[in-house]
Amino acid sequence: MVAPSLKLQDLIEEIRGAKTQAQEREVIQKECAHIRASFRDGDPLHRHRQLAKLLYVHMLGYPAHFGQMECLKLIASPRFTDKRVGYLGAMLLLDERQDAHLLITNSIKNDLSQGIQPVQGLALCTLSTMGSAEMCQDLATEVEKLLLQPSPYVRKKAILTAVHIIRKVPELSNIFLPSCAQLLHERHHGVLLGTITLITELCERSPAALRHFRKVVPQLVKILRTLVTTGYSTEHSISGVSDPFLQVQILRLLRILGRNHEESSEAMNDLLAQVATNTDTSRNAGNAVLFETVLTIMDIHSAAGLRVLAVNILGRFLLNSDKNIRYVALMSLLRLVQSDHSAVQRHRPTVVDCLKETDASLSRRALELSLALVNSSNVRAMTRELQAFLESCPIDLRADCASGILLAAERFAPTKRWHMDTILHVLITAGTYVRDDAVANLTQLIAGAQELHAYSVRRLYSALAEDISQQPLVQVAAWCIGEYGDLLLEGNCEETEPLQVEEEEVLALLEKVLQSHMSLPATRGYALTALMKLSTRLRGNNKRIRQVVSIYGSCLDVELQQRAVEYNTLFRKYDHMRAAILEKMPLVERGGPQVGEEAKESKEAAKLSEAAPVPTEPQASKLLDLLDLLDGPSEDAQHPLPLDPSPGGALVQLLDLPCAPPAPAPIPTLKVFEREGVQLNLSFIRPPGTPALLLITVTVTNSSGGDVTHFICQAAVPKVCKDQGLEVAWALQEKRPLSRRGGWERMRWKGMRQALGELWEEGLEPLGVEESSEPSQLPTSCVQSFQLQLQAPSGDTVPAWGGLPITQLFRILNPNKAPLRLKLRLTYNHFGQPVQEIFEVNNVPVETWQ
Amino acid sequence: MIKFFLMVNKQGQTRLSKYYEHVDINKRTLLETEVIKSCLSRSNEQCSFIEYKDFKLIYRQYAALFIVVGVNDTENEMAIYEFIHNFVEVLDEYFSRVVSLMIMFNLDKVHIILDEMVLNGCIVETNRARILAPLLILDKMSES
Repeated sequence: MVAPSLKLQDLIEEIRGAKTQAQEREVIQKECAHIRASFRDGDPLHRHRQLAKLLYVHMLGYPAHFGQMECLKLIASPRFTDKRVGYLGAMLLLDERQDAHLLITNSIKNDLSQGIQPVQGLALCTLSTMGSAEMCQDLATEVEKLLLQPSPYVRKKAILTAVHIIRKVPELSNIFLPSCAQLLHERHHGVLLGTITLITELCERSPAALRHFRKVVPQLVKILRTLVTTGYSTEHSISGVSDPFLQVQILRLLRILGRNHEESSEAMNDLLAQVATNTDTSRNAGNAVLFETVLTIMDIHSAAGLRVLAVNILGRFLLNSDKNIRYVALMSLLRLVQSDHSAVQRHRPTVVDCLKETDASLSRRALELSLALVNSSNVRAMTRELQAFLESCPIDLRADCASGILLAAERFAPTKRWHMDTILHVLITAGTYVRDDAVANLTQLIAGAQELHAYSVRRLYSALAEDISQQPLVQVAAWCIGEYGDLLLEGNCEETEPLQVEEEEVLALLEKVLQSHMSLPATRGYALTALMKLSTRLRGNNKRIRQVVSIYGSCLDVELQQRAVEYNTLFRKYDHMRAAILEKMPLVERGGPQVGEEAKESKEAAKLSEAAPVPTEPQASKLLDLLDLLDGPSEDAQHPLPLDPSPGGALVQLLDLPCAPPAPAPIPTLKVFEREGVQLNLSFIRPPGTPALLLITVTVTNSSGGDVTHFICQAAVPKVCKDQGLEVAWALQEKRPLSRRGGWERMRWKGMRQALGELWEEGLEPLGVEESSEPSQLPTSCVQSFQLQLQAPSGDTVPAWGGLPITQLFRILNPNKAPLRLKLRLTYNHFGQPVQEIFEVNNVPVETWQ
Repeated sequence: MIKFFLMVNKQGQTRLSKYYEHVDINKRTLLETEVIKSCLSRSNEQCSFIEYKDFKLIYRQYAALFIVVGVNDTENEMAIYEFIHNFVEVLDEYFSRVVSLMIMFNLDKVHIILDEMVLNGCIVETNRARILAPLLILDKMSES
């Protein structure tokens, strides 16, 4: 080496002296080169210094992996300074994923058994930070021996190392169980703290340990009581509270032990009350203890008085000026709101005030809590506050706020008009942040509220006229104008100011939407369809509309182009059918008109399927949702991919489009079930490209006088066992409708055993099953002849008198072209009675499986 | 459980970093810059607890130095807040009126102190005398 190596201090000076990033990098690279050379030379005296520099450089973010082997050498050296830096290096540079880490296991073992306390401390520290599962297994016995050593310095470290070992290798927890009880008798706070952590970890991992440790609750109570009642002790008090860290840990352990357990909760009640009242709340330490107490009270089976005390404490926290305390109060109230709703309601005004905070953490918590507090009595006031918040809140909270308001409005809307107003307001203020299904919800809501058509179309028109940039708003408005354009032009509606709108203005607005570069392709699609519908609603001549439509016939966007071309054809060749096709969409109608020609139905279906805009998940059920608007099953255009341009067989012939692919021969629909007006139909499609695939659409219609609710359809296909030629079991499948609230539910496929168990219970005999005690294991030579996959149904309710039917899509893979057999099980409520039906479908048309 | 312990100055330079759960080295610098950005952007009157990805960050500012502790959901935030102050008091006693330069130049000693107080993400010792005892012995040994 040319120059003597720098000391760590000097290196730091140099790095600080570097003015630019590049200079700093230069300095560091030069130094790293020296360090590398020194490592190669193997200079033992200065090794620790080199490594220390390397660690500093590593902290700044530069690569330092070449120092790993040096760590090992340093750990093995007898000098303490070397060991110190070596272990530090090991902690910082090595971890489970490096291969070198196992090499230090031996060194750690030697150090642990040597008996020199600081060295043992170091070794334990390193083991607990980066010990992998193999290392832990090797060294667990050593650690356990150290648990019982007389010196508290080592003991406290050994205990926490034990915690780490348990986290890595849960099977080893039995080793540490017996020592715990003994360690609780310690007076040394460090050891106590560690023991409590260890017990907490054990209890969280295994319920058996939990039961075992319930016995120590009285002892814990005693310890805590001594802590709280002793006066000022210099050793452990922090701002007047004696050892708040220990108190907090004990409280947390008590919480875990007392959860769902009456006895332990009883034992704790007095103590908790005492802690809650005695703690000095003027300083943060006291507040920390109080907060933990409140959390504990909430989680265990505490007396009613105690819970009231807890809520009051939280209320006091909320009024505190310190932001930190308000934050924790809001968080705990959020947890409480599920169980003690009324108690939290009392603090509603304060919570709403917190919405106005500038602090992002606080306002987010306040928003969540406010949304949880909305109920039917305060919905109007709360929504007003939330809407005011929506206008001023930071961007990342907007999406949550918007969806929260919409959800609350849906659950508690006092009138439809208020609901519509609220949604409209949200769309105007935060349109870009609402969830994708808000558009669908709003359109359905408007369509369902007959009396509001005029009002809604007017308001949407004025909103649209002001601003065409918010996409969801534009989509809804375009749809509405298309549907109810005639109401818009009538000019009189008592609920808004009289608005005189000319036809030309409406058309101009829609054209503006079409041409604007801010509009998404989906929005343009909506606008084009709306224009088309207006051609029947408006009284003027359609020249302008025809012009626009023909212009878009050569648009570059395929979707728009196709629509435009089809509409054009509609004008030219099929003008006589135009009015019928573009009628108002039926939603829920009494004894709905069965549209005569299936071709027209499928044309509307095709239109609607194209009108399904932004692909939300799952596309299939949304598509079927829209298709449900037609009564009765429609055969064609049932292909689940909504972007499929070719609408289906009969339609193709109707429109005479030359480029349509050859349509598959339509398979007759099958009616499989009828009972008291509830009917189940199956319609089949075999896509031409995949001969093994069969798509079945199940449609449930209800022409009776009572609603059908909670409808669930389960299906099973046979699995054939090849060498015995027997059918071993039916694989049962089910899928529930997706619910919008609280995330998507997905039912996982039921395992064989469950499926079989259920079948046996219902009396569906699995054919020819062997008497094996393990029905869950299929003989390995079993060949699946069918694979069934269900998609989520469109809903679980069919309203009476021909209301919106439920549809569900089944996909069956039948590579062996075996005759199709299907067992269906239906459960639903009809006329207030639960109904369960099981039947097999075996008269499927031959075309489905050949 | 404490996930990491950082001391960063106002310009964003890390003065001390200790991770109790493995994070890749290139992700570390990213994490540190993001964390310090979110802490710096807050004013004095704002709350000291921030939510960041799946951690909670608890920070305290001492002159030009930010001490940031990242924890997971199970920890009591206010206890950690108190712990940060405890740590600074220990440093204060050891270095007799600590300034950030001292921390920089004696990084290894600060690491030792931190290791005495936190083991594997759990707080083990908070008593000042007991924390500093081994360190003082070490100093005496190296002098002699």
